[in-house]
Amino acid sequence: MLNLISAIHGTGVAASTNSYESIATVTVGAGGSSSISFSSIPSTYKHLQIRAIGRQSGANTGYAAQLRVNGNSGSNYTQHRLRGNGTTATAAAYTAQTSISIGGWPAANSSASIFGTIIIDILDYTDTNKYKTIRYLQGTDQNSATDSNIFFDSGFMFANTNAITQIDIIPDGTSFVQYSQFALYGIKG
Amino acid sequence: MAAGSTYTPIATTTLGSAAASITLSSIPSTYTYLVLVLNGSLTTSGSSVWVRFNGDTATNYSSTILYGTGTAAGSTRETSVSNGCVFAGYQQGMSTSQSTAIMHIQNYANTTTYKTTLARYSDASQEAETAVGLWRKTPEAINSLTAVVVFGSRVFSIGTTLTLYGIAAA
Repeated sequence: MLNLISAIHGTGVAASTNSYESIATVTVGAGGSSSISFSSIPSTYKHLQIRAIGRQSGANTGYAAQLRVNGNSGSNYTQHRLRGNGTTATAAAYTAQTSISIGGWPAANSSASIFGTIIIDILDYTDTNKYKTIRYLQGTDQNSATDSNIFFDSGFMFANTNAITQIDIIPDGTSFVQYSQFALYGIKG
Repeated sequence: MAAGSTYTPIATTTLGSAAASITLSSIPSTYTYLVLVLNGSLTTSGSSVWVRFNGDTATNYSSTILYGTGTAAGSTRETSVSNGCVFAGYQQGMSTSQSTAIMHIQNYANTTTYKTTLARYSDASQEAETAVGLWRKTPEAINSLTAVVVFGSRVFSIGTTLTLYGIAAA
């Protein structure tokens, strides 16, 4: 268990190799995808982790994306942010949001083949006694000052303490484009 | 629904003598993500550590860095450099104290996208930092990587370890 917790917090200790399981993967095809959904998430794990690369359509060099749990789109999310844009570090807090904003992603006006990436940790996602902390590290580097950022954020949905059974990720651009890929993992406790 | 256990050790190197770089090669293409873990120190403080892929020493790398030194937080970037993607000790330099870094190398085996990395580093005596890296060589699968100390005559200490894990997707 110590190894497990250390691994998800990135301290350099390996996860036990039989405690980290692939649950589902969404790979975006040629037509793009206007949302990424993981539903019917089994309750048999202690923590969840999402790993992804992504790029969006839409005439810009960068867009945010939004994360919601259990289909809740009310003003029920709160979030703290630490961000570096290659020049300055900034901190921010957001309350009563309708989603958790998850970083910045390259888009149609970015150089070809550049994808952003994210690792999201959702801790104790089945514990009905507390809000579920959602933490992520997300970054896009575009070899320039344009929409190159790294985000280290955390947030939660405070409408209820229900177990998380569904996660939706919605791009602020038109869609996630081909070769974007989102993979959900379960970590045993 | 689950596809089975993953997060599998691929290779580990423990230095028996001081060295300026550590290379892990013949990386299988059977995973989706790689996780690279560095645990160690330098014999003399003061250099950052970067990761190059497939022996590429051209100016195909860039990074955006966020750091805290104990007295200030800041952000900076490296564009079109040959050192590699930022891994450890960018702002203050890796030190002679034990420190650790972890780099996630996402979708490393595809031949359709540039490769993006996420790194985190902490040294209790120096700094904490995180970085996103980009390798812009014409998309190719990563089959080897090198963690390299780039400044001065700094080298990794004996006993420094570099471990690579593979994570498969369903």
